[in-house]
Amino acid sequence: MIELHNLSKRYGPVEALGGLSLKVPQGCLFGLLGPNGAGKTTTLRILATLLAPDTGTVRVGGVDALAEPRAVRELLGYVAQEVAIDKILTGRELLQLQGDLYHMVSAERDRRIAELVGLLAMESWIDRRCGSYSGGMRRRLDLASGLLHRPALLVLDEPTVGLDIESRGAIWQVLRQLRDQGTTVLLSSHYLEEIDALADRLAIIEGGRVIAEGAPAELKAALGGDRVTLRVREFSDEQEALKLKALVQDCQGVRQVVVNRAQGFSLNFVVENEGVVEALRRQLAEAQWPVFALAQSRPSLDDVYLQATGRTLMDAELEVAGSRDPKAERKQAMR
Amino acid sequence: MTSAPSLLAPTPSPAAGRSALADLSQETLALTKRLFLQLARRPSTLVAGVLQPLIWLVLFGALFANAPAGMLPDGLSYGRFLGAGVIVFTAFSAALNAGLPLMFDREFGFLNRLLVAPLRSRFSIVLASVLYITSLSLLQSLAIMGTAALLGYGWPGGAGLLLVLVTLLLLVFAVTALSLGLAFALPGHIELIAVIFVANLPLLFASTALAPISFMPPWLGWLAALNPLTFAIEPIRAAYAGAFSLSDVVLVAPYGSLTASTCLLVLAVLALSLFLLIRPLLDRKLS
Repeated sequence: MIELHNLSKRYGPVEALGGLSLKVPQGCLFGLLGPNGAGKTTTLRILATLLAPDTGTVRVGGVDALAEPRAVRELLGYVAQEVAIDKILTGRELLQLQGDLYHMVSAERDRRIAELVGLLAMESWIDRRCGSYSGGMRRRLDLASGLLHRPALLVLDEPTVGLDIESRGAIWQVLRQLRDQGTTVLLSSHYLEEIDALADRLAIIEGGRVIAEGAPAELKAALGGDRVTLRVREFSDEQEALKLKALVQDCQGVRQVVVNRAQGFSLNFVVENEGVVEALRRQLAEAQWPVFALAQSRPSLDDVYLQATGRTLMDAELEVAGSRDPKAERKQAMR
Repeated sequence: MTSAPSLLAPTPSPAAGRSALADLSQETLALTKRLFLQLARRPSTLVAGVLQPLIWLVLFGALFANAPAGMLPDGLSYGRFLGAGVIVFTAFSAALNAGLPLMFDREFGFLNRLLVAPLRSRFSIVLASVLYITSLSLLQSLAIMGTAALLGYGWPGGAGLLLVLVTLLLLVFAVTALSLGLAFALPGHIELIAVIFVANLPLLFASTALAPISFMPPWLGWLAALNPLTFAIEPIRAAYAGAFSLSDVVLVAPYGSLTASTCLLVLAVLALSLFLLIRPLLDRKLS
């Protein structure tokens, strides 16, 4: 359904995409996972024909999006992250406007709006002005406007950010139904559990490139081994963590030891089997290390992320948290 | 949430066989309707746009009510002289705001919502703005003309009314083009409002709206004679003065005499050149 090849895009000195390639099969619920600033929004904006890449090709449903953007716009419903809404119009008027922009016949348009109002439970407020809507209402209205013309492909940019659990669950349910009924759905998220629960396939994006791609189960299985988190104290410091790391690294059957800053300098590593943990416990006791926590689990999507990028998603988020420039980002989105 | 199974299933692109013109008019009308809905629910623009010129008309008219008779050419009273200026000022101020809704749509991202849709032509966005602001400014001008008539400043009959409307239309097109261009060229609505604010009054003063050229020092006379507002004011003033012909001289400028038809031609050329001038900008911003 979607074929992106070698996309690159710069905003002045900032490289947003550096050779991103991605294929999304038809009928798939596909997740783009990555921290803020990884290039997810830029990718989706290019798909929605709002932005032209500096280099690369974009095909949607077999159509070259750069040569025939209008054909792609008909195929695709786009739910942007920052919901731009006309506060003075009611939700229904906004949907009617949207329907007219997609050249729907007015009887069919109004019937379709009535369907979506029912589906997304918007009856009680759809005829109120948008200015009075809560975040969850806006997001549902936006989802409805993305679905209005029955697109074969629905693209959503972080559709559940800042939503309460209930609204989030409602949106998940609709996305699953869509997929079940043949719509291709592509959504971006920086919530691991969202992608894990929802996506048939996912791509991890970092620094404007795809660094891992596959089904969640497949990616986890490929890692092999069990994940272990070791904390000698509730909060260690870096020095202590490094000393501990040296000891753990020497244990047989232990690999990929990483110091996890976001978790009070705990150690994350992979063990080949159950016996390794027992052996490690004995060694720690011999060396007179205290043990605050020693937890073992099957690989999670977080581990997939850690393995692919060398840091946890949380760390990546923290790293960019201070360096974002909302003003510059708004300017990028402005025509 | 409940759902019937068929609600979400994708269907092939609808309305495939429709003509481009039908699509174009559907999207343009929908966009225009939105602007009018905004106006109907937030009528302060409409009210202020009529109120301000009305205050001009009443206060300025009163200010010079006792000016010596015969001071103005053709023995006009000041109120009658001022009428044409205020009508043009009304249309001009309204059209100068043409770019504001578009600027807000740019800033708040609503424009992106429009651009994701498969519009037949993205000029329907511009066209909707032109339709909206043209009707709005003509409406406001007519309101002022009606009030002026009630105040005893006269009413252009028949052909005169047609001349007034054509003149206003040409001026509104020119100013709308300028404002739409600014809406894409400037970084935000603060800048746009600043430009509108700065441009508005000086252009009024440096025209023949409030006083004839013969009252002005030469440098201001030159400015007024080059000011597009003057080219709109003088034919309208002639239309208000009674029987007229398009070939009548309506303005004696420092560089020569201008007939009503010359004024209209200048306005038409100005409007056309401004639209041609902003076209590359619109092409780039809407591509």
